[in-house]
Amino acid sequence: MPCIDSSGEMTEMAVQILAAMAEGAVLNEVAEKTGLPLYRVRSAARDLAEAGLVESSNETFALTENGRAALAKARNSA
Amino acid sequence: METTVQEKAAPGLPRLGQPAPAFEAQTTHGTLRLEDFKGSWLVLFSHPADFTPVCTTEFIAFAQLAPEFKKRGVELCGLSIDSTYSHIAWIRNIEEKFGVKIPFPVIADLNKEVATLYGMIMPGESKTETSRCVFVIDPNGVLRAMIYYPLTTGRNMQEILRLIDALQTTDKHGVATPANWKPGDKVIVPPPATSEAAQERMKAGFETKDWYFSLKAL
Repeated sequence: MPCIDSSGEMTEMAVQILAAMAEGAVLNEVAEKTGLPLYRVRSAARDLAEAGLVESSNETFALTENGRAALAKARNSA
Repeated sequence: METTVQEKAAPGLPRLGQPAPAFEAQTTHGTLRLEDFKGSWLVLFSHPADFTPVCTTEFIAFAQLAPEFKKRGVELCGLSIDSTYSHIAWIRNIEEKFGVKIPFPVIADLNKEVATLYGMIMPGESKTETSRCVFVIDPNGVLRAMIYYPLTTGRNMQEILRLIDALQTTDKHGVATPANWKPGDKVIVPPPATSEAAQERMKAGFETKDWYFSLKAL
């Protein structure tokens, strides 16, 4: 899972995507903010949803409570 | 008892104008599905094997033209019957030896699932390698063009770019493109479908050789 590394920590790309999802929750906006292609955002969103960090509906994303906590933790440790 | 040796039927080829076969595959960019590319054009291409010379020249050529594909809203995705680890090692080797970074994902199709769906394996050439196939898939997931090259012959990436330009021009302007067309050249106006329209066509202001053959500048 490219969003979560072998130690269970979020990758840099995952943090970037999660941060973008926290601000603008639509797929195209996330792609624009991160500079990532649509396919990478969709694939990462799937990984983040499986990890319980994001919920999505019709390519609109919202961070779960765990997602917000994970993002805050990643920002604090940066 | 009569013994019948039945050869497994060769998988069919996908058809132009129909939805491209859906897949989920392990790639060098993680697990990807065809539907992940929705909204972008996709050039899905196969190569025979990692760490082989012709394939290396093709990967370098695709990488060098990647910005041009990007400008046109096209994503690239490679595929071969190799593992993700082999792909990663080869990509790193290309960067180290040739100074070229490979920016696109490469499918590790060890179980030949995607290769079979797309008819990429030509048993007359090789039963264990994919031939040099190119599938152009539009933003709606429809297969718009296919190119097949043999194992021995590297593809012309400029031609693939030209093909994308032609398809996008057709979609945007409702026209066709003549032989050897390139952006900026005149395009073909679709032939009239009725006698009345054929009569009208002669005075429609196009560059008309005859009722069925009209060119126009865009």
